Amino acid sequence: MSGISIKNGSIIYAPGTSDAEIEAAARAAARSRKLQVIFWRLVVLVVALGAWEIGARLGWIDAFFYSYPTEIFKRLWEFIVEGTDEGSIWLHLYYTLTAALIGFFLGSFVGIICGVALGRNRFLSDIFSVYIKVLNAIPRVVLAPIFILVLGFGLASKVAVSFVMVFFIVFANAFQGVREADRAMIANAQILGASDWQVTRQVIIPSAMSWIFASLHLSFSFAVVGAIVGEFIGANKGIGHVIQLARGLHDTALMFASIIVILVVVLLAEYLMTLVEKRLAKWRPPAAGDGHG
Amino acid sequence: MSEDPNSPAIELINVSRRFLSPDGKSFATLNDFNLSVARGEFIALVGPTGCGKSTTLNLITGLGKPSSGEVKVMGKPVNGIDPRIGFVFQADALFPWRNVLDNVAAGPMFRGESKVSAYARARDWISRVGLAKFEMHYPHQLSGGMRKRVALAQTFINRPQILLMDEPFSALDVQTRVLMHEELLRLWSEAKASVVFVTHDLEEAIGLADKVYVLTSRPATIKAIHEVDIPRPRVISEIRYEKKFIDLSRTIWEDLKQEVQAGYSTVEGN
Repeated sequence: MSGISIKNGSIIYAPGTSDAEIEAAARAAARSRKLQVIFWRLVVLVVALGAWEIGARLGWIDAFFYSYPTEIFKRLWEFIVEGTDEGSIWLHLYYTLTAALIGFFLGSFVGIICGVALGRNRFLSDIFSVYIKVLNAIPRVVLAPIFILVLGFGLASKVAVSFVMVFFIVFANAFQGVREADRAMIANAQILGASDWQVTRQVIIPSAMSWIFASLHLSFSFAVVGAIVGEFIGANKGIGHVIQLARGLHDTALMFASIIVILVVVLLAEYLMTLVEKRLAKWRPPAAGDGHG
Repeated sequence: MSEDPNSPAIELINVSRRFLSPDGKSFATLNDFNLSVARGEFIALVGPTGCGKSTTLNLITGLGKPSSGEVKVMGKPVNGIDPRIGFVFQADALFPWRNVLDNVAAGPMFRGESKVSAYARARDWISRVGLAKFEMHYPHQLSGGMRKRVALAQTFINRPQILLMDEPFSALDVQTRVLMHEELLRLWSEAKASVVFVTHDLEEAIGLADKVYVLTSRPATIKAIHEVDIPRPRVISEIRYEKKFIDLSRTIWEDLKQEVQAGYSTVEGN
């Protein structure tokens, strides 16, 4: 017996509808909305890829420069199964990810330390803030050739580019997070008996954590950018190097395939980071409208 | 350490406190301010908004220093944060990433007490404020009144001999506030601490305190001291209808009204 009707998008309950019926109806409505969203997302994807494929095959788009989706997926499959003349996909991914991960962790770690230290000490921050502003004004990728020159073609130069990409973002957020820490909360900790170090460790850093995490999300993809830019300029392994090779061979499908590989890796890292953040932030009230996926 | 057991718990002697405004001008929030709180005494400070009540509390904690004059706690000049002081804030000052138990145990742990004994005492204090079932809850999962109870437990667990309270209940609704007043008086009568309670709510001041100090508008000096001779233990929800209470609120309001108006006209004059 259903006493529920839908009029102009809002749900009308007939008198006498039970709570269980209302809840079931609400659940069904939420589920159907979710399915609709997924359906339309797929429609957008299929239409976009389809238009690309058809456009390339009919010659509206120059397939030499833009390739076409089926060709790209074929090359992606070959890349995964057979690799390239210069090694398997796993070898290249390993090199790129090693550089990105080391750069990411070092950059975040040093960024947090510097951000907290300068955020806590006004005198230090007054001295260094001007230099940090100057350094921050340098587009990070222009440093890549210098790092290659100084540190060579190996891992160190890619790590260095990743590091500078990550450091400034994390530093700025950690600094801001420390500055935004609630004054009453700090005073409370001091009066309860906390030493300066205890205030920093147990009050300032936890309260800056949401700022820091916001920057970590962004900075992992920047770490990957750093590693790949480094590989563009000088390397004999890595995904960036594969893209360079493909460019030389006019193999656009392989270039796009490499982009897809990197994209998947960054999305995976993003997903892992969200899991970690959720675990660490279980004390926080659930944000209103927190609807990913 | 020779400490005179008869010295007042808190003394402010000719204290002035000056601040620099953002455009570099110096202005005073306290001027030749004198205050003395006996041991075990409960006093309330009332005064117009922004007159320097919170500044006074800051000087007693040692978080702020006087520009001139002397601040003494238990007969000794204040030098840094005194461990015998407890402070309950107006704002929510709990640590939101810690559950109730960890929040209450924070003070003893900061002070180097072992985890076992800090947690045991924290559990005791949590049940004393009636939150035994909520030990594992985070602050955002509690109501405003429950968070204030946690704040009281967090402060009282350090066994403060001096308790400073800066409009602690001003954000609560009226019914919850009365419950908190009774909770506070119960805890205070067991702890025997000296209390300085800052508020702009006259009924709150009279209901809780032994003496009500009326401050002038900025720079603050003491305009009048009113003894509240309502016997303890008091039942806050009832004494407000007694004649003595009503007469006293009328007298104090007369004092305060002039200062509120004076404070208002200086602000307007700017």
